[in-house]
Amino acid sequence: MSVAAERVSQVRPRGLSPLWACSAVVFLLCSLAIGVLAGPVDLGMGAVLESTAAHLHVPGMTSPLTPTEEAILWQIRVPRVVLAALVGGMLALAGATYQGVFRNPLADPYLLGVAAGAGLGATIAIAYLPDGLRGQRALPVAAFLGAVVAVVLTYAVGRSARRERDAATLVLAGVTVAAFFTAWQTFLQQQSSETLQQVYAWILGNIPSSGWPDVVLVLPYIAVAVAVILSLRRVVDVLNLGDDEAASLGVDVRRVRLALVAAATLGTAAAVAVTGLIGFVGIIVPHAIRLVSGIGYRALLPLSFVVGAGFLVLADVVARTALTPAEIPLGVVTAFFGAPFFALVLRTTRGGAG
Amino acid sequence: MLRSTALLAGSVAAAVAVLVSAASAAPLRPSSFPVTVVASNGKVTVRKQPRRIVSLSPSATETLFAIGAGTQVVAVDDQSDFPNNAPRTTLSGFTPNVEAIAAYHPDLVVIAYDPKGLSAALGKLGITVLHQDGPRTFGGAYQQIRQLGLVTGHEAEAVRLVAGMKRKIAAIVKKARGGRQLSVYHELTPDLYSATSSTFVGKVYTALGLRNIADVADHGGTGYPQLSSEYVVAESPELIVLADSVCCGQKPSSVAARPGWDRISAVRTGSIVLVDDSIASRWGPRLVNFFRAVSSALGRLRSQA
Repeated sequence: MSVAAERVSQVRPRGLSPLWACSAVVFLLCSLAIGVLAGPVDLGMGAVLESTAAHLHVPGMTSPLTPTEEAILWQIRVPRVVLAALVGGMLALAGATYQGVFRNPLADPYLLGVAAGAGLGATIAIAYLPDGLRGQRALPVAAFLGAVVAVVLTYAVGRSARRERDAATLVLAGVTVAAFFTAWQTFLQQQSSETLQQVYAWILGNIPSSGWPDVVLVLPYIAVAVAVILSLRRVVDVLNLGDDEAASLGVDVRRVRLALVAAATLGTAAAVAVTGLIGFVGIIVPHAIRLVSGIGYRALLPLSFVVGAGFLVLADVVARTALTPAEIPLGVVTAFFGAPFFALVLRTTRGGAG
Repeated sequence: MLRSTALLAGSVAAAVAVLVSAASAAPLRPSSFPVTVVASNGKVTVRKQPRRIVSLSPSATETLFAIGAGTQVVAVDDQSDFPNNAPRTTLSGFTPNVEAIAAYHPDLVVIAYDPKGLSAALGKLGITVLHQDGPRTFGGAYQQIRQLGLVTGHEAEAVRLVAGMKRKIAAIVKKARGGRQLSVYHELTPDLYSATSSTFVGKVYTALGLRNIADVADHGGTGYPQLSSEYVVAESPELIVLADSVCCGQKPSSVAARPGWDRISAVRTGSIVLVDDSIASRWGPRLVNFFRAVSSALGRLRSQA
């Protein structure tokens, strides 16, 4: 484990400097601006700004856009940018939380079976729900339920372990549950091959152009998750020292860990339910921030949300404009940029960890 | 099915079966056996008239029954849902089990997809395999029908079927063409996968004189790009064809409810055609039905104007 000098430095981790906080917020604002201005349909920067002003009821401003362009901007593009920001922020925050709670730099938001559970839920919905229920609305609900069931099962398996319960046991339980659910999902897909492409498209992950309803759907879960995690952000630094050390510092390790994992899981499940699986955001964003700033979790967690939001908005801009007017699955974009970066993280952290 | 076909068409090189048999020179004579044809799996020789055919291709199933070879068919795959009297089984054309196929003691197996060495494995058991890949043109589809006629001993019926299809389609096309060029959006999935003019289904729209809005999006050349919602709204196609009504429960009301889509011309005029997914994804005799569905929507649209 870590040497004494490291412990001292970790108990008093570096806080959030104004410079980093401002840089992150500026990055997010720039990403949002690019997200709203860029798209397969060129609306013109001035027109978008004027339309925004008109929507904000700035006196004397009227939108120069046609009704169709207005619909494209306000019913398709803006909600998609907002959804990308919420989901990206949530995935990065959940990833950072898991990495702190489980003291595992490779932990991602899907660690405890969220992805496998959501995948199984979505597959069941695609394969078995009657036509009437199978529209866009039933799929997120099924994926959400599947994700929650998988994580509850992971917890149950982890608790039933006879050996002392620790974070590693929970991670192993997550691997077990994920393997079981994935096998089940593959079996169902194989039984009804006509669902293959739909399930495949869902797994690749994308920010849907489904307008405000999906934003409204995920917002409460993500808001609660963000509030819970950020209110416990100082405890994550303590947990990161190890269970015994944290307990000796007066932290109820099991209860706090449960609260953090439950919040991260709830938010991730809601995000995954509407977007499918988007890889690497939860790993690369926290690691990137840590690498460049060297801050502790109490600062890393809020920064991860802000930077993750900006990152996914930009990735989605690539997904919907690089091959315009065709789309690239967002999971491909994030993994394409994420995988080389992750290799770099592995190289740089190999010496320090362990 | 169409989504699966889309995947296949992207990954499998388009190989259109052609007839080389001497028998094709005398089309109306009943085929004499043995007969040799060239299909997607190369030269295929059928020694005597098959009595126990297994079809793992829904398009071939439709053709076999349409040319009077239905009584020779002992089993069809789980996707072959037309005609009703086809002996549908749990056999799969996508994840096929060689032993399960062999258990029907077939003397001819027709497939549209050859995953993991299926035809080679059946060949080892001495079973003749006819692989008819999805064609890219109507000509390819007609050739496959004639080929099925040839290898089953129903060549005359096959030739009559093709002639009838050509005649009906020509009549539909003649009626539909003319006037201002209209634009079409063909929807494969609710996440806006579409089909361009280079695909089999896209050629129907080309034949009817329509402009396909997916064409400019096909950078990868797969024929099946995923479109941006913004783009479809901006293009405002005058006709929308939903090939995802059965698979995914899409209907005019759900399309109109998508954000911004109420601005689209086809949604405003109600020019949204629901085509049974299986009709829009196959290349058998019901191609005529697909032409008819699209052209009657076009007729309504033009009469509104």
